[in-house]
Amino acid sequence: MKNQENFQFTIEAGKSERHYWMDLWRYRELFYILAWRDIAVRYKQTIIGLLWAIIRPLLTMIIFVVVFGKIAKLPSEGIPYPIFVFAALLPWTFFANAFADASNSLISNSNLISKVYFPRLIIPAASVIVSAVDFMISFIILLALMAWYHYLPSWYLLTLPLFLLLGFFASLGAGLFVASLNVKYRDFRFIIPFIVQLGLYISPVGFSSTIVPEQYQLFYYLNPMVAVIDGFRWAISGGNTAFNTTELSLSISVITLFFLVGVIYFRKIEKTFVDVI
Amino acid sequence: MGIAIKVENISKKYIIQHEKKSAHYETLSDSLIQGSKNIITRISHPFSHSKIEQQTQEEFWALKDINFEIEQGDRLGIIGRNGAGKSTLLKILSRITEPTSGKVHINGRIASLLEVGTGFHPELTGRENIFLNGAILGMSRAEVKTKFDEIVAFAEIEKFLDTPVKRYSSGMYVRLAFAVAAHLEPDILIVDEVLAVGDAQFQKKCLGKMEEVSKSRGRTVLFVSHQMGAIAQFCNKALLLDKGMIAQSGTVSHIINYYMNMSANNMSGFQAETTSRYKDIAIMKACSYDAEGCPAVNFVHNQEIVIEIICKINKWISGTEVRVAVRDSKRNVFTTDTELIMQNEAVSNELCAKVVIPAGVLRPEQYFFKLAIYLPNQLIFDLVDDALSITVVDGGSKYAASEGLDYGCVFVDCKWAINPSSNLIF
Repeated sequence: MKNQENFQFTIEAGKSERHYWMDLWRYRELFYILAWRDIAVRYKQTIIGLLWAIIRPLLTMIIFVVVFGKIAKLPSEGIPYPIFVFAALLPWTFFANAFADASNSLISNSNLISKVYFPRLIIPAASVIVSAVDFMISFIILLALMAWYHYLPSWYLLTLPLFLLLGFFASLGAGLFVASLNVKYRDFRFIIPFIVQLGLYISPVGFSSTIVPEQYQLFYYLNPMVAVIDGFRWAISGGNTAFNTTELSLSISVITLFFLVGVIYFRKIEKTFVDVI
Repeated sequence: MGIAIKVENISKKYIIQHEKKSAHYETLSDSLIQGSKNIITRISHPFSHSKIEQQTQEEFWALKDINFEIEQGDRLGIIGRNGAGKSTLLKILSRITEPTSGKVHINGRIASLLEVGTGFHPELTGRENIFLNGAILGMSRAEVKTKFDEIVAFAEIEKFLDTPVKRYSSGMYVRLAFAVAAHLEPDILIVDEVLAVGDAQFQKKCLGKMEEVSKSRGRTVLFVSHQMGAIAQFCNKALLLDKGMIAQSGTVSHIINYYMNMSANNMSGFQAETTSRYKDIAIMKACSYDAEGCPAVNFVHNQEIVIEIICKINKWISGTEVRVAVRDSKRNVFTTDTELIMQNEAVSNELCAKVVIPAGVLRPEQYFFKLAIYLPNQLIFDLVDDALSITVVDGGSKYAASEGLDYGCVFVDCKWAINPSSNLIF
């Protein structure tokens, strides 16, 4: 791409695509530092920051155990109910936080976006990393919980990163899509908590996906988080809970579709962010 | 020297939404606000068609067919009124927004300094923000590390390195922000109005640093400012934008003069109301002129300012004086007066009093003129507060770099003598 004057770089109307993916790599340090900033700010502002990452899933777990385990007496597929719930809460909380943060990330970084160039994809991606750190902290609680119940993990646990990765792409895909909508139509930020709350009840967090009637199972698997949650339980329980390849492959397909649509839409809207934000 | 930036036919279009009833808005920002209001109403009431029907879309060309080249090592000042397209141009050059059409060829790494402290996070410490801000401006971590001590020394914040920047004074904040940016080593630096904030001494330091960077290392600088003095002192070339187009480009002094004349549009001066005619002696008209006799309200500090006052004499009283009091926004600067002398009473009942304020006296500021006709210690015939107002801008005086600093009311060309001292004290 060199012309007679040897210009290193050319800005041309409608031709930014070519540089984009290259830039994404070139700006990776900015990605690290933005992720680090979000983490530092989150755990610096208050002591609650750290406690919050522990208290929230713990309290939710207790409520779910009481409501679903003790009152509704739902089956827990042979593992202690607290572990059963917590194993599902881990990926769900990760997804919910990552999705909500990614969705709001563009708005909260609008001062950056309107003043400096970098591939905008960095911002929602970096915000998902913060939720991953929260996840790590919660994971330690899970380990403590398992020790408390003398529940030994097996080699199945090694598959966990795979499901985490699925959750990562699910939240980033959905987050990118909503983030771009959020820039254009600010009212979307009111919808995000609603989506998250609704998702908590339609995903098998407090109960087992086996209680869903068989004829509806395939339909239920369309929720990509079902396979992620079931996968987590499966990995943690050492293969003792229900998990099948149908839901896994369906989930992978749906997440891939989500992610692609998210990225494509984000890229399409990205060029006008500055003019709108 | 090669070419650093080559801009070819750049245009940028914005779509503005209007409500039909109020046909035109005063500013672009008004229009944009209205536009966003409409979007919100459309979302919150998606089924109310009446509102949408009132809207019209209008294209607004923020930039139209811009062509220019900047050579490496040039310091280009970009001036123009608000809304002339300066910021849009810089945004395109720094890739924040895409042009609607056209091409820009860039040779080298660009860094822009659009607003002080962009990306600073108030909760993080000065140390952390240096790394954060550096990364945002395009520096690598290793690069920030090697320049870290230099940045801290330049910003003069050693003691507060580990304090969150939310506890910084605004001066410290600006200093830190500029220090990071100044140590960035781009081939092309874009600066937009940063120097509007911060204390004057620091501004001077910043300009010095920018000049040094540009001169010694052949860096190209693009500088947008409303301070003509800063532009005159710092830039070697200038570009004047008007309504999205290049009005003029060339040497700095030429562009500044051109701009001054362009913006001088309400030069009718003072015009008395009809009731004044019945006074014994009345001020009928007053106007300010430049040395060539053209009406002007904007002056460069080294231009003469001519004030002309037309008086109508209904009843002549000898010993009458005319006075001009000059004040700036804070206080009276000086007063000058003279006796009105009727040379030929029979012929004329109108007198023209002309006063010249010498070049290089008034420092850059806006001035107001109070005019009076009176008989000393006895009677005031006519008095007009703020009859005229003029603006003096710095066209590159010695004090240009300290614009905003209080270095006195007026420039005075004092005589100095420096000689070897003959008085040995010891």
